[in-house]
Amino acid sequence: MDLKTLTFIVVGATFALYIGIAFWARASSTGEFYVAGKGIHPVANGMATAADWMSAASFISMAGLIAFLGYDASVYLMGWTGGYVLLALLLAPYLRKFGKFTVPEFIGDRYYSRAARLVAVVCLITASITYVIGQMKGVGVAFGRFLEVPFEIGVMVGMGIVFIYAVLGGMKGITYTQIAQYCVLIFAYTVPAIFIALNLTGNPIPQIGLGSSMADGSGVSLLDKLDMIVTDLGFAAYTAQKGTSLNIFLLTLSLMIGTAGLPHVIVRFFTVPKVADARVSAGWALVFIAILYTTAPAVGAMARLNLMNTIQTGEVGAVDGNLVYEERPDWFRNWETTGLLKFEDKNGDGRIQYYNDKDVAFAARAEGFGWKGNEMVKVDRDIMVLANPEIAKLPNWVIALVAAGGLAAALSTAAGLLLAISSAVSHDLLKGMIVPNISEKKELLASRIAMAGAILLAGYLGMNPPGFAAQVVALAFGLAASSIFPALMMGIFNKKMNRDGAIAGMLTGLISTLVYIFWFKGWFFVPGTEMSANSPDNWFMGISPESFGAVGALLNFAVAIVVSKVTAPPPEDIQHLVEDIRVPKGAAAAVDH
Amino acid sequence: MALDTPPLGLTMSENKNRQDYWKANLRLVAWCLSIWFVVSYLFGIILVDQLNAISLGGYELGFWFAQQGSMYVFVVLIFFYAYRMNKLDKKFGVHED
Repeated sequence: MDLKTLTFIVVGATFALYIGIAFWARASSTGEFYVAGKGIHPVANGMATAADWMSAASFISMAGLIAFLGYDASVYLMGWTGGYVLLALLLAPYLRKFGKFTVPEFIGDRYYSRAARLVAVVCLITASITYVIGQMKGVGVAFGRFLEVPFEIGVMVGMGIVFIYAVLGGMKGITYTQIAQYCVLIFAYTVPAIFIALNLTGNPIPQIGLGSSMADGSGVSLLDKLDMIVTDLGFAAYTAQKGTSLNIFLLTLSLMIGTAGLPHVIVRFFTVPKVADARVSAGWALVFIAILYTTAPAVGAMARLNLMNTIQTGEVGAVDGNLVYEERPDWFRNWETTGLLKFEDKNGDGRIQYYNDKDVAFAARAEGFGWKGNEMVKVDRDIMVLANPEIAKLPNWVIALVAAGGLAAALSTAAGLLLAISSAVSHDLLKGMIVPNISEKKELLASRIAMAGAILLAGYLGMNPPGFAAQVVALAFGLAASSIFPALMMGIFNKKMNRDGAIAGMLTGLISTLVYIFWFKGWFFVPGTEMSANSPDNWFMGISPESFGAVGALLNFAVAIVVSKVTAPPPEDIQHLVEDIRVPKGAAAAVDH
Repeated sequence: MALDTPPLGLTMSENKNRQDYWKANLRLVAWCLSIWFVVSYLFGIILVDQLNAISLGGYELGFWFAQQGSMYVFVVLIFFYAYRMNKLDKKFGVHED
């Protein structure tokens, strides 16, 4: 059977499974729609959270980033997992005890202020929409490469599938579908990794293989070998640090705080039956996430090694040391047709030279070999995971599985984000501010309409991505880190934190982070409006715009505490509310709508 | 904070019990976050060069903490915290029914 038919069958089967689950798990009340009736087992919730969290970026892009950044990509590994420690220790159990439906609802009640709730809604919707655009784009790309259907059709099919199970099932349908999606995506990610690790090191466990010796009998460890190969071609050593320590530190911190402050992740901990379940469920979520995140460094390093070895077949500088272009492998040809891999024979010798021509010393040496510049003019990072099974010569069914895994990762994250958006609209804006005495049936209908609207908007933006689509991810994390996380944390840990302090803090964090990002990337990302070129020399103390969320959060904390000291303390009933959410007892009696 | 009026329906001693529970929780959180900081920021970033002088199989130790070890510790930390909090909940009698 050819690859295309096989891929259609595997992807079709997974989609049928998701829709089947949606009909089985329909939501009949707002409680089921928003938080799955608070009846999800903590292990199941952990698995669903993992699928919710791991997006197209985690599945497709992260290993590629690691392959080309080496050690510096550790910021993503530590940043996107360490946030769960903050969630489990500082937020999840208390928000579950509070017992409501949404993140803005907590902020509004805790700070007895509609304005605070509105600020939270704005942050939530901005962060979630920017995120969902990327997912829709990922769906379109996966369809385009593997099923050879046009990008727009791919996005529409994706929208249709999400529409069925998210609108019908709400959080309940989404949760059970996400569990199935987790199984598909983790299987698709680890199977090729196991084969490649076995192939290169003789050890089937990628996490151990990465720290093992090469299976070629040389006795050299894989990472040493990789360092040797890349430095021989003028690239920076794989395991060496390239960025400044301060920037790496702050970026890791921003990603951690941002992760803990992203509303679509937090709301998952509202779905478990008990406070104690919320704590342990965060642990399970991280177990399921770590299975992929600890495999990714092996996938990245091994993919880089395979790529370098494929092209540099012999000694550097030897006449026959480089791959003859006409003899390139099939996967090379396949990816050339997508335009994500590009070769240009600059010195006309019919062989491929892939090296770092930006390194002055090595470029001079290369000239001595008769090389006239790096000939791999484009190597898109995103192809690493997708091309991996082909590079390792794995059977077609594994490649079909990777396509289904990429789609599962994108769809599960999109559904979680869409739910966060629709509940912010129907519960926080409509019921919370505009029509407080709306009936439950009408609210449920409104949330379904909001969800449908959000899907259409996301699909439209996925097909017509604004020019800034790639940059807004930094914005999503920056916003969550600098505005939402500090407000939530102080709401629980600082009983005297009041309305004025919280609002001043949120606005300070929000505005300082936005201004810093816009300063270097253009106001609202409009090209040409940046105040200063986006380069390390211009950054304040060498802090990149992506890393500024942590600084914004610090400013938020500082301003909030100062303002709360000079304004009236929160009313007594609010202080008692805080004392009450600090103890698990009585969670069953928490206010239900 | 012990001087604050207790929330409605709580006696002074119940209130004192809640304050003690909260203090014990804060101590545990502080310990766990110290470990969280040490394995990621200290071992994985600040001291990475020094630790890279030590090898762990084919890994340099600092690199291992940054790309593997910190994540394993994070997982263990959350379960450890959940386990200890369940014990604290019972000890102070504030657990759910």
